[in-house]
Amino acid sequence: MLRLHYNLERVSMGLVAAIIVAASVGGIVEIAPLFTIDETVEMPADLRPLTPLELAGRGIYIREGCYACHSQMVRSLADEIDRYGPYSLAGESAYDHPMLWGSKRTGPDLARLGSKYSDAWHVAHLLNPRAMVPASIMPAYPWLTETLDTGLLSDSLAALARLGVPYAPEMIAAAEADALAQSRPDSDAAEGFLARYGERPALRSFDADPSRLTELDALVAYLQSLGTQTDAPFGILTERSQ
Amino acid sequence: MSELHNREVDPVTGHDTTGHDWNGIKELNTPFPKLVIWALVLTFAYSVIAWVLLPAWPLGRDYTRGLWALDQDEEAVTGYRALETGRQGWLARFTESDLEELRADAGLMAAAYPAAQRLFGDNCAACHGTAGQGGPGFPVLADATWLWSGEPAEIALTIRHGINAEDPETRYAEMPSFDWMETGDLEALAQFVAGLRDGTADAGSPAATLFSENCASCHGEGGEGGLGVGAPSLTDQAVIYGQDAATVLETLRHGRQGVMPAWTARLSPAEINLLALYVAGLDTAGDEAGQ
Repeated sequence: MLRLHYNLERVSMGLVAAIIVAASVGGIVEIAPLFTIDETVEMPADLRPLTPLELAGRGIYIREGCYACHSQMVRSLADEIDRYGPYSLAGESAYDHPMLWGSKRTGPDLARLGSKYSDAWHVAHLLNPRAMVPASIMPAYPWLTETLDTGLLSDSLAALARLGVPYAPEMIAAAEADALAQSRPDSDAAEGFLARYGERPALRSFDADPSRLTELDALVAYLQSLGTQTDAPFGILTERSQ
Repeated sequence: MSELHNREVDPVTGHDTTGHDWNGIKELNTPFPKLVIWALVLTFAYSVIAWVLLPAWPLGRDYTRGLWALDQDEEAVTGYRALETGRQGWLARFTESDLEELRADAGLMAAAYPAAQRLFGDNCAACHGTAGQGGPGFPVLADATWLWSGEPAEIALTIRHGINAEDPETRYAEMPSFDWMETGDLEALAQFVAGLRDGTADAGSPAATLFSENCASCHGEGGEGGLGVGAPSLTDQAVIYGQDAATVLETLRHGRQGVMPAWTARLSPAEINLLALYVAGLDTAGDEAGQ
């Protein structure tokens, strides 16, 4: 084998060709399964896309670097199922561009966080984590009380629609209005929101102040949506209950 | 080409040279240490064994499954079932509906206590505190004061369906906003309610009339609460949002509608019963700890 290498080194183009072949093996093993991803990843039938307000919250989640300490991926291990619930399925993040699975946990996993705690808890915890969890090392985010900038939401929805997320043209056109409507259940705009997104997304003032749409509204709406976009993972445990 | 040169050995290191000569400088042809070569051979050998035994190569819509036919999904779910089965010995008894009987079984409660503590820490402590000490806006569980009831069966009902939660059978309680009242009245009422706490409220004042017209139906004529509608007693200094005049004014203006999530989807019926008994026992546990 060393003799082969000795001879190969003396034929420069042969060495280049051999390097390309060796390096592509690793690439092919990772890339080849993507060619058939449409057939191998099951899309949950009940998967819903994020609402504009939740999407804005996702933007804040990324902006503040939440993903650096929190994963959104319950691993397929018995202990993880016991603590967090059914493990994450690939189809769950089909509408996430980019996905926020993460691999490092300084804080707990958030994939099944939706509706585990109340909105009031999230608001208090984001503004000052120590007020809720004395031993927490999570930073405080007091500036989230600022007014939410919804100017780019229509463009965000349009971009995601081009990537295959099922946002209808009227959803894209009404994105800004829908973001506001989701936090104002008693407003006239709420009807339009319900017509476009149905009953499943939470419709309420997330930061307990309906007079103003804040970044807290968006982030809490997003956190409350985690793990609630589809019920498919819960089938993992019920289908094979014996 | 090596045969074109005479083999030349470097006298200092004892290694061959490459035979190249750059103005008198010669390059040693030092071979790889044997250890590295062997490590490389071993890792190659391991990878071949792994290909044979474990899932390895993608084949379009399928993949090579390997002789062991390991399946991560099955491993995880089977492992999880094993964890569940391991607990059935004592946890199964908590599916019984008579919680009082379970509570009387000291041996069973002692066996379940560590698990209850863990469940509480994972699910309840974020809002209610690790020892059930509560916080601003979140009820204390480690005392004898209850908005609904301290009976284990009633606590289990609250855990199952929550309060003001997204659950069709949730407990519903809302302190409405009284911002339609005139500011002067609101401030007087806030002072009156703050006074109920330490008995300094003037029962003959106009604010007392306002109280009996607007507040008494939920909080009781004397603000004593306990009507089973989630409205707190205003006389026992245990109002979760605080009862100083400024906070009461805030509550009167904007209302309160605290949410306790429903846990039916997250916890099993046995786990909920176990937690209910644990929570019901928190106040006595606190007393024993010398609180």
